[in-house]
Amino acid sequence: MFAKDNKLFSTGDIVGFVVLAVLIFIVLPAGLDTFRLNLFGKYLTYAFVAIGLVLCWGAGGILSLGQGVFFGLGGYCMAMFLKLEASTPEATKIQSTPGIPDFMDWNQITALPMWWEPFNSLTFSLIAVVLVPVIFAFIIGVAMFRRRVGGVYFAIITQAIAAIMTILIIGQQGYTGGVNGITDLRTLLGWDIRTDEAKVILYFVNAVLLFVCLFVAQFIRKSKLGRILIAMRDQEDRVRFSGYDVANFKIFVFCAGAAFAAIGGAMFTLQVGFMSPSFVGIVPSIEMVIFCAVGGRLSILGAVYGALLVNLAKTTFSEMFPELWLLGLGALFIAVVLAFPNGLAGLYKDYVEPRLMALFKKKADDGGGRNFDSIKAPAE
Amino acid sequence: MNARPDFLLTVENLTVSFDGFKAVNGLSFYVEPNECRVIIGPNGAGKTTVLDLICGRTRATDGKVEFKGQDLLKMREDQIVHAGVGRKFQTPTVYEDLTVFENLEISYPKGHGVFGALMFRRDDPVKERIHEIASVVFLDDLLDMKAAFLSHGQKQWLEIGMLLIQDPELLMLDEPVAGMSVAERKQTAELLNRIIQDRSVIVIEHDMKFVEDIATRVTVLHQGKVLSEGSMAHVQADPKVIEVYLGH
Repeated sequence: MFAKDNKLFSTGDIVGFVVLAVLIFIVLPAGLDTFRLNLFGKYLTYAFVAIGLVLCWGAGGILSLGQGVFFGLGGYCMAMFLKLEASTPEATKIQSTPGIPDFMDWNQITALPMWWEPFNSLTFSLIAVVLVPVIFAFIIGVAMFRRRVGGVYFAIITQAIAAIMTILIIGQQGYTGGVNGITDLRTLLGWDIRTDEAKVILYFVNAVLLFVCLFVAQFIRKSKLGRILIAMRDQEDRVRFSGYDVANFKIFVFCAGAAFAAIGGAMFTLQVGFMSPSFVGIVPSIEMVIFCAVGGRLSILGAVYGALLVNLAKTTFSEMFPELWLLGLGALFIAVVLAFPNGLAGLYKDYVEPRLMALFKKKADDGGGRNFDSIKAPAE
Repeated sequence: MNARPDFLLTVENLTVSFDGFKAVNGLSFYVEPNECRVIIGPNGAGKTTVLDLICGRTRATDGKVEFKGQDLLKMREDQIVHAGVGRKFQTPTVYEDLTVFENLEISYPKGHGVFGALMFRRDDPVKERIHEIASVVFLDDLLDMKAAFLSHGQKQWLEIGMLLIQDPELLMLDEPVAGMSVAERKQTAELLNRIIQDRSVIVIEHDMKFVEDIATRVTVLHQGKVLSEGSMAHVQADPKVIEVYLGH
């Protein structure tokens, strides 16, 4: 009865990763035109956020309704670099102050603010994409979790932070581009990101980064830390009296979720070509939670499918019924929570997987050629 | 009252007030190394609150709790655990979504920091220790079972096992045999008799037969204060104790 060694990937996990990789790297690029592929690339940027939410909410029980803040901060850091590159004195010579971003000029700002300066450097900007949101998440985490604020109070506070962030960005129009956001982004180190070719390349960069994040998330979940998160979600006091400082673990996973969201945000900016407060506030933050809930809050792969499917549905139905779409999304969320709290991944695990396994087993028994007996139900 | 250095645990003048209600009021007692102290008392006497105060779950309003010269009142729960105090809750508190093995693994005293936990490896010493403890608490056949599927008694044992794997110098058990079947009760009494060797134990228990079996000394609490203290025979003969507790 020796317990199994804790492998990073169970057979089921490998199957899941491979299927998703085939879908993202082969099926979608082969089957879609550049416009649609770019759209799916945009959907996949939300998958980063959803993966982070699986760690925070599904495993750790920390429901953040403010992930849009981190998505936005990552996206804005990227946008600031791109905007500065697009605002050369030649390109902006019709402005009263050439060489600064156009929205600053419209707001009677005559010199680049100090805190914009470092974003002239790509290296700094890329570091900032991850570091700025993580530091912000760390500050929120320390302030909340050290004081043992949790559950619904934490959710409400993160939602308030999302609202405050939107107001701040819109209010500081001259420094942030206001409600329009930072638009008209053109090149990355001279490479035009608006061409079809660039869009395909960015899609693949995005896909690779998504898998890097998936691997990191898988590593966290399979480590003892992953099990401590689950233990914390169910019996926080017991974890404390097993000798763990619970707050540190919550801060860590919240920061990890913020980092994932930020990478997604930066890739969003690159693929869509702008960043605005409409991706930061309460509504997008809650939508991100819905992606995670629909896909399955206990499954990192489920979260990716959730982000893809809900966004696909959003694009399709919001064109057909613009008024009804938000109601439909809300109804979907309620239905998922009530009827299948573990989302699509839960349905797959309960209904599809056992049948697949039975099928494989049968084939293996009949043919005797390939042996699928080693396939066991994955732990997730 | 001066604390003697040979006491493992010194509790002096401990007071906690919840909105003016003093659940524990000026309580003092001392636990020696290798002593098994049983705390008895009627409902609401403050027994569980005393354990909560010692392990840091509830913050004291006043008083002193010293463990091996360290002031526990100034420490966080996890620091108190690392100092060597283990606590079992009244209702079995285990991680239902994890297996018995994983429950014990989380309690294994290694990799308690964030990065320690991230890099924790399930190596042979860890596995051996988990199997060793699992067999002590009668769960070695159930290591791969989710804790949610254990019986009430088995969950109690698992939680005791989770404490044992920490190897605390002071073990605090809150009603360890409550809600158990007769057979489980007997098995648990044997288990506790085995594990209270080589360490100090504070037990809250109502079962007088059980108390008589294990107690070195008994402290009777009443309304947050010590009513009587001494050997089982002593407290049983104390008229005050008979009046408020044993007589009924």
